[in-house]
Parts: sequence; C-alpha cells; structure tokens
Amino acid sequence: MANAHDVQKHEPHEPLGRYLLIYVCILILAAAQFFIAFTHIDAEAMFARMLFVAIAEAILALLFFMHLWAEKRGFLLFVVVFTGFVILVMQFGWTDSHRMEAGAPYSQSKSGTVAP
Amino acid sequence: MSQADLTMSHPAHPPGMTIGLAPFSVSANKMAIWLFIIADAATFAACLVAYGFLRNGTANWPRPFHSIVNVSVMTFILLTSSLTMLLGVRAAKAGDKSGAFRWTMITAVMGILFAALHIREWMGLIDEGMSMFHNPWGTGLFGASFFSITGLHLLHVTGGVVALLAVGFRYMGGRYDADDLEVTGLYWHFVDLVWMFVVPFVYLLNLAH
Repeated sequence: MANAHDVQKHEPHEPLGRYLLIYVCILILAAAQFFIAFTHIDAEAMFARMLFVAIAEAILALLFFMHLWAEKRGFLLFVVVFTGFVILVMQFGWTDSHRMEAGAPYSQSKSGTVAP
Repeated sequence: MSQADLTMSHPAHPPGMTIGLAPFSVSANKMAIWLFIIADAATFAACLVAYGFLRNGTANWPRPFHSIVNVSVMTFILLTSSLTMLLGVRAAKAGDKSGAFRWTMITAVMGILFAALHIREWMGLIDEGMSMFHNPWGTGLFGASFFSITGLHLLHVTGGVVALLAVGFRYMGGRYDADDLEVTGLYWHFVDLVWMFVVPFVYLLNLAH
C-alpha cells in the first residue's frame, strides 16, 4: 500500500529528444489523415483508415505526452480498460443507422400483427 | 511503513480503519484529472458516435469543406501547443520557474490562436448560410452536429486557456507547484487528443471532392 511519500515523481530531466520524436510522429500521422482524405476510396474504407491513424496518434499522446507509460502498469490498465470498455459499449447501435439509410426511420410492425 | 502511518485520524473514519492514500501511487490531483479525462472521453465519444450514426443514416449529408488550409493550420497549432506544454512541465520539474512560465504562456497564446481560427471558420460557414438547423447543402442535422461537437471542443480549449493562464501566473507567484502545472498539462493534452478524432470525422470525411 502506498502513502503520499510513495507518489511517483518523474525524472527532473526527461529526454527532450523523445518528446520531439513523438511530436514529429504525431505530426506525420496527422498529415497522413489529410492525405487519406484526398485518396479515391469509398467512405467506409476512408473512415477505417482515418480511425486507425487517429488511434495510433492517441496512443502516442496518451503514453508519452500524458506520461501514462511512466505510471504504474495497474494505473495504465485502469485508464485504458475502463475507458476502452465504455467507448466500445457505445458502438452497439451502428446497424440501426443502416436501417435509417434504407428508408425505414421507425420500427416496422411484423406482418400479421396489429400495430398498437 | 507502520500501520499507524496508514490510519486515518479523521472522525469520519472509524479508529483502526486503513485506506490507501495514493492509489496506483498517483497523487490525488493527478487521479482527479484522470477521472475527469475518462469521463470527458466518454462524453466526446458519445458525441462522435451520435454524429457518425446520423451521418451514416442520412442520405443527403453535406460535404461543405472545400479547403483544408484552415483546419490543417489549426491542427498544427494544437499539436505544437502540446509540445510547448510538455516543455513547460519539463522546465517546472527541473526547477526552471521562468522557463516553465514562458512555455505555459506560449501554450496559452497558441490556444487563443486556435480559438480565433476556429471562430473565423465558424463565421465563414455562417456567412455561407449555415446555422444549427439549416444549411444550403443538405440535411440540417449537419449544422447541429458540427456546431455541437466543435463547440464542445472549443469550450474545452477556452477552459484550458483560462486554466493555463490561472495556473501559470499562480505557479510564477509561488502558490502552485510543478505538479499543478503537470495536471493542467494533462488536461491540455487531452484536448489535443480529442482534436485528433474531430478532424478526420467532422472535417476530412466531409471534404467536397
């Protein structure tokens, strides 16, 4: 069990080179998103690629800019698993958006049943 | 460490009750901002999922953006402001008080510049006839979702600038320390992180080809 004296302190001189490297990597990934936007692919493929790049940017920012990598592994797991689970659970309704696109914005009663 | 060290003397805690004072060896301030970040990440994720749902389910979704110049400059400014924030926290931890203050103020100025460019872009869209519930290009849902998501982000940037100024000056005045600056920095990096998702989904997927 930890007390206030055990609170983790970062090194006084964190490597500047690492920060610059991560910054350049994030800039390149951001530029890649702009590049993807001008490729001639369908919207779903474009969305998937942009999401992949955005997640890569976010991981770099979380681990190194926000120093999650330097925290205890338990804390890293707490943040990543908890946040990831909440965000994943939000994705359950995507199939319903396709139903809206098909021109059926409201739920349809089954044939042979009487609508209330 | 003795058991007595871990025993709270506060009347709300029964004698002999032991609690962890620093879960995961993280200070209370930092834990509080991380819990806020987790909650705020869920808020932004919910907004972006709702936006994606509407965009996916609406046939005449508009693609009003003809240029990426403004949004790319905004992105560059915000990403660079994360680096300047890091440099500020690094200087504070190394005991370089004036350096930390200078980098923090540079970060705040970049935040103000980002907000100004954001408002300029909004004004341009409003001049073209876009409002919360109407636009000349397609479904009115676009305006509602665009202004909601970017507005929520702009609100976070504005709050971040105020926090940077307040914490920066108080740090310089000796009321706050490097840990307070680091906590403010965590919030600023989170605002930057959210923008990494807003740009592709709200701007780049809606480019006019």
